[in-house]
Amino acid sequence: MKRLLIILALGGLGLGLAAQAAQEVHEYRLDNGMQVFVKPDRRAPIAVSQVWYRVGASYEPDGRTGISHVLEHMMFKGTEKYGPNEFSRIIAENGGEENAFTGPDYTAYFQTMAADRIEVSFELEADRMRNLLLRPEEFAKEVEVVKEERRLRTEDKPNALTYEQFKAVAYRSLPYANPVIGWMNDLENLEAKDLGHWYRKWYAPNNAALVVVGDVDPERMFELAKQHFGPLKAETLPESKRLREPPQRGIIRTEVKAPARQPYLVMGYKTPVLASVDEQTALEPYALEMLAGILDGGQSARLKRELVRGAEIATSASASYSAFTRLPGMLTLSGVPAEGYDVADLEQAFTEQTAKLRTELVSAEELERVRNQVIASQVYELDSVFYQALQIGLLETVGLDWRLIDQYAENLRQVTAEQVRDVARKHLTEDQLTVAILNPQPIEEPAMAARQPSGGRHGG
Amino acid sequence: MRSLAGALTLALTLVGPTQATPEIQHWQTQSGAKVLFVEAPDLPMLDIRIVFDAGSARDGDTPGLAKLTNAVLDQGAGPWSADEIAQRMESVGAELGNDSLRDMAYLSLRTLTEPAPLKTALETLTQVLTAPRFALSDVDRILQAMGATLKSQQQSPGAIVKRRFMQALYGDHPYAIHSDGTEASLAALTPEQARAFHRRLYVANNAVVAMVGAVQRPQAEAIAEQLTAALPAGEPAPKLPEPEPLSEARSVKVAFPSAQSHLRIGQIGMRRGDPDYFPLYVGNHVLGGSGLVSRLGEEVREKRGLSYSVYSYFSPMHADGPFMMGAQTQNAQALQAQTVMMDTLRRFIEHGPEAADLARSKKNITGGFPLDIASNSKILGYLAMIGFYDLPLDYLDNFVQRIEAVDAAAIREAFQRRLHPERMLTVVVGRQVEPAESKAE
Repeated sequence: MKRLLIILALGGLGLGLAAQAAQEVHEYRLDNGMQVFVKPDRRAPIAVSQVWYRVGASYEPDGRTGISHVLEHMMFKGTEKYGPNEFSRIIAENGGEENAFTGPDYTAYFQTMAADRIEVSFELEADRMRNLLLRPEEFAKEVEVVKEERRLRTEDKPNALTYEQFKAVAYRSLPYANPVIGWMNDLENLEAKDLGHWYRKWYAPNNAALVVVGDVDPERMFELAKQHFGPLKAETLPESKRLREPPQRGIIRTEVKAPARQPYLVMGYKTPVLASVDEQTALEPYALEMLAGILDGGQSARLKRELVRGAEIATSASASYSAFTRLPGMLTLSGVPAEGYDVADLEQAFTEQTAKLRTELVSAEELERVRNQVIASQVYELDSVFYQALQIGLLETVGLDWRLIDQYAENLRQVTAEQVRDVARKHLTEDQLTVAILNPQPIEEPAMAARQPSGGRHGG
Repeated sequence: MRSLAGALTLALTLVGPTQATPEIQHWQTQSGAKVLFVEAPDLPMLDIRIVFDAGSARDGDTPGLAKLTNAVLDQGAGPWSADEIAQRMESVGAELGNDSLRDMAYLSLRTLTEPAPLKTALETLTQVLTAPRFALSDVDRILQAMGATLKSQQQSPGAIVKRRFMQALYGDHPYAIHSDGTEASLAALTPEQARAFHRRLYVANNAVVAMVGAVQRPQAEAIAEQLTAALPAGEPAPKLPEPEPLSEARSVKVAFPSAQSHLRIGQIGMRRGDPDYFPLYVGNHVLGGSGLVSRLGEEVREKRGLSYSVYSYFSPMHADGPFMMGAQTQNAQALQAQTVMMDTLRRFIEHGPEAADLARSKKNITGGFPLDIASNSKILGYLAMIGFYDLPLDYLDNFVQRIEAVDAAAIREAFQRRLHPERMLTVVVGRQVEPAESKAE
């Protein structure tokens, strides 16, 4: 871990600020292949324990989309030893907070508790890593809950529907085309036995990482991890083929019609990530992170300054890119046009922004601002044990090394204005662009035979 | 392998009244603002939140004014434009925040404590707080953004149910006003109104400054002085009227072309500092405040798979805030979900919590208390709440003990006295399904 305090010129913030305040990460590996990471943080007598599995929506074959997420739900439905929901009851009774989340590249489970109770979490997680019972009657109810979750998160949210379709048409080959929650058809056809296969295939100690951050002793955590997870048997994991998107050869456009009051635009350019670059292109993801920060790293960044203020062409405008995914992704631009403008105007404005990045060098002040924001946010992130553990788990499950956390600010510091221009020229081109728009349909209000309060207004 | 039961016993004996709660320091600035401060030396950062009694409960007949005033503060202040304010903050890695709720309106700052960034961030915040410009062009832009927010709410059944519930429950009371206003009310708002609102309510005697971070008391005092010196002393906002409970059950149905119906059921609940706060809080934790292991979670989601999210909560405010239960389910099941929720509530009010459930909830709340005060940002939230609602400064020190003191009889008695299922408001937003299509339970 970097301990050197480097003071940048021009009043820049010390890169070592976070390193000074942060503790070291201790890394172990059990004989069965399970990784264990422990980072002490003694500010409060609590700890978070997270178990990360290298499986998620991007591992799912057609017809089985959403299976990782449904399995995540079923992980609370009991083992041979504990009944349905007993996991949650035991954690609650111990004053713990717990939950789980599924992403394209990972499925993760976490408990935050008083540090002296963290062993409870280890025992329960170790138990459900290999001994889950997928009771058909529990599955039948839980898959209905997941369908309600899909209705809540996607079906009834016009922007979410648009974003889902945007990804679906953008990718020819990569499984990022599928939604994490799964297509409704696939949820309807999913069976408990499918989950059983998925569980046995992926939930094994050699496909998992345990991350603990908090007021704990690393050696003691390692001993406890050995005791609880050590006896679990390793499995032969399925071989994953290297996936890459075929070259895109022209713009892709799509439209979603849904009941809505305002339009919405999403644009995405295919971009590399840290896990996909070679030696020659190693800095490209950092240049793209820098570029995204220049576009949308706060209220002073270009999209807010020039489009939301300035031209006032958008009521919201944002840019997003992550270097930390398992497979290559996209740099996206999205927003809502302001009154008097339409999605075509906003698309034009976004296109002008990317054109400017291809032709003009970004300023030293902008580079400096993004770097300082990154350095500061690394300090702020130390206020949360959850977030510290998340960073380690995320990097390890997408095939990177947790040490990148320490190198990140330093690598960003190396990015020059020329490199930002070069990645814009190489990747932000129209032939690698996908554009999705929401075409709002009337929110019809069918007459209801209901008691309507007098003077009540429709639609809030 | 050591058994889980063994681990539990061991762990439970370790909890107790030994948890260290943050030491809250308290004083007043010369201008009269109340300050609550916790020194947190471990990380080189400082969090500040300045809270005013200037939320939408103060909107009067101009809904949206509180939010507009709050949102336009950083769009131009003192010598700086919106661009310059954003640039000054972000170039030193500082994060400026703001929000306006029903009771509270606030500005917040997270900054490094290195001298140079700290100085820039504080200078900028001071101008934003005390010398906002309220230029017409900035006000118009914020009004447009608020208009866009209204539209996005109008396409969201979840947002519609929230708005309609508060509107129907509170009637003429200020809590009926939605912070985002209405299309008609926004169209009539002016910079002069925002300036007057700021002059009247963003004043020292109506302010609480909460601070957590790596500065010592003398520096904290200097910072609080710097921020508030230019605030007029002013007057605290007047006490809000008490809302009238509904005299009979009421049902509001809003047709919306969604896959799910969103339900919200409730009544007037309690205020901050309410004498029944602890029995109602602990009781609600059992009923619907503890996620999937709560009674509502068990009945609606775990047993029947009706809804992804189901909950109940009291939202205590200056005046009595609402009590509500909520869920969303596909339209054909809306009636069933509503019935299950009401039955669960009635049973709970009649019988109170079961001993085992109550014991579990108390263990969850007290055992989880260290988590609630484990970060600077969480402590800051408590400071703002304690200061704003005039709760005792030893609120956190006594919290665990107050929870422990609650018993089943007190919960049952308080729920029976305070909650009235026969006089509740039910709001449903969704597609109406003919009763024939509804699944009977």
